Amino acid sequence: MAGINQFLGDNMLSIYLLIFACFLGFELISKVPSVLHTPLMSGANAISGIVLVGSIFFLRSADSSDTVALVIGSIAMIMAVINIVGGFAVTNRMLSMFKKKPKS
Amino acid sequence: MSVYFQIAYLIGAVAFILGLRGLSDPKTARKGNMTAAFGMGLAIVTSLLYPMADSPDNYAWIIGALIIGGAIGWWSSAKVEMTSMPQLVSVFNGLGGGSAMLLAFVEFMNLLQVGTANKGLSLLTILFTLFVGAVSFSGSILAYLKLDGKVKDKHVTLPQHQIVNMVFMVVTIAVLVYTFMNPSITSVSIATIVCILYGISFVAPIGGADMPVVISLLNSVTGISAATAGFLYNNQIMILGGILVGASGTILTVLMCKAMNRSLMNVIVGGFTATGAAAAGVAKDQGPVQSTQPIDVAILLNYASKVIMVPGYGMAVAQAQKYAKELDTILSKKDVEVYYGIHPVAGRMPGHMNVLLAEVDISYDKLLDLDDCNSHLSDTDIVLVVGANDVVNPSALDDPGSSIYGMPVLEVWNAKQVIVFKRSMKPGYAGIQNPLFFKENTKMLFGDAGATLKGIIDEIKTLD
Repeated sequence: MAGINQFLGDNMLSIYLLIFACFLGFELISKVPSVLHTPLMSGANAISGIVLVGSIFFLRSADSSDTVALVIGSIAMIMAVINIVGGFAVTNRMLSMFKKKPKS
Repeated sequence: MSVYFQIAYLIGAVAFILGLRGLSDPKTARKGNMTAAFGMGLAIVTSLLYPMADSPDNYAWIIGALIIGGAIGWWSSAKVEMTSMPQLVSVFNGLGGGSAMLLAFVEFMNLLQVGTANKGLSLLTILFTLFVGAVSFSGSILAYLKLDGKVKDKHVTLPQHQIVNMVFMVVTIAVLVYTFMNPSITSVSIATIVCILYGISFVAPIGGADMPVVISLLNSVTGISAATAGFLYNNQIMILGGILVGASGTILTVLMCKAMNRSLMNVIVGGFTATGAAAAGVAKDQGPVQSTQPIDVAILLNYASKVIMVPGYGMAVAQAQKYAKELDTILSKKDVEVYYGIHPVAGRMPGHMNVLLAEVDISYDKLLDLDDCNSHLSDTDIVLVVGANDVVNPSALDDPGSSIYGMPVLEVWNAKQVIVFKRSMKPGYAGIQNPLFFKENTKMLFGDAGATLKGIIDEIKTLD
């Protein structure tokens, strides 16, 4: 119980953020034309690569002599970077095909 | 000092929100993507420079990983064909989940070193991240293999797979609880493997037209794994970014399910493959089909006044969109009205067809959505079904036994004449027979959609 109280005390603002972000996410996406579903999914997918930030902090604080941790952390980082760079680039490529404005 | 870095994170978070909002409107989509990418760049630089006391930094490893990952990501996104876009997004998504899984694993090891006393909730967060990340990782990779045709549904689906999955879920939770009670390298390694296997088993029975829904669902799962990982580092931009994706991915998933008139539960339980296979097996003989030749279609088109093309995955595979555009141009010169009927789940991803048609400069106002198209069909002379199948299947309306019963479809049989471009009589992706092919006003044009369209174009040119 003490552990839970401690956790809630330490993370209350983050929990607020979590809940508000849920509502924000629902509101942002509630009306999207189907033409944008694929690019939107792809762009959102690139944003989920934010887990990269975690791998940066892990690598920065990892013991320099702990090769196993460094290798696993680097693999995690490479995966996240592929997700981010590839995700944004591919979304941009899809959207660049819609350059011509609709006449309607 | 660190307050400036917090402000940089805040700006990054706002960029994510503005980016997502931009992405949901055609006029601002491109800018939105750039904005989100800017936010990501800012978050990365801030994390690299964030002041940390006595940290070894290991910048050599970090820069190396950034360069390798960046190069692979850039190269694969530049090289991919528009046709295989859904597969690529699925792979990217799996990598994000895999990253969260690995992070949870190494953080678990860290926790073991410092001792787990009074760290119950950290341990719980780590195990949850491990589970969600692993399911997203292996599930997305299997989704990629299925979409790419490397793995067929029947190879990975067990009999009574729903029950297998339920049991598997309970086993996975049990292993995670055991790891929570007895944290050790052995228990967490076993838990990781079990979670990965569960992800495979989760996606295995889902197939057919449901694949886009699964990718969207797994996308939102990856977001959730990033958010819970954010609690490990007490990092708000990870929480915000992750949850934004989790929430928007869920909404998108529900929108897609609605388009198919099915519930998310129905999709996950995977009725599609199970009943679909049975239906294909007992398909009754529906009589002969009428086949036709490009020259005949060319003559019909020449005297038509309104034509609707219904593209599907077959068009993508045959790269036939450029011929569709060419035919469109020729017919428009002859004062034939040309439209495109776009089913929300045509192709392997929602919006897949729109992307392909936009690639060849076909203008927006020619694309009709489901309801629009259906109201146009009764006064349409010719419908060209180019590589679509399940989305024009009348069974969805009149055969309660069919696995796609209840899904709204394009009612192309209401047009005067339907031409179906198809390689052979094989059933579509959902594995069910299509009575449309046997209707009186339907003619089959067999062959590669690109080659037959080109044949029609050549014939029309000679008619002048």
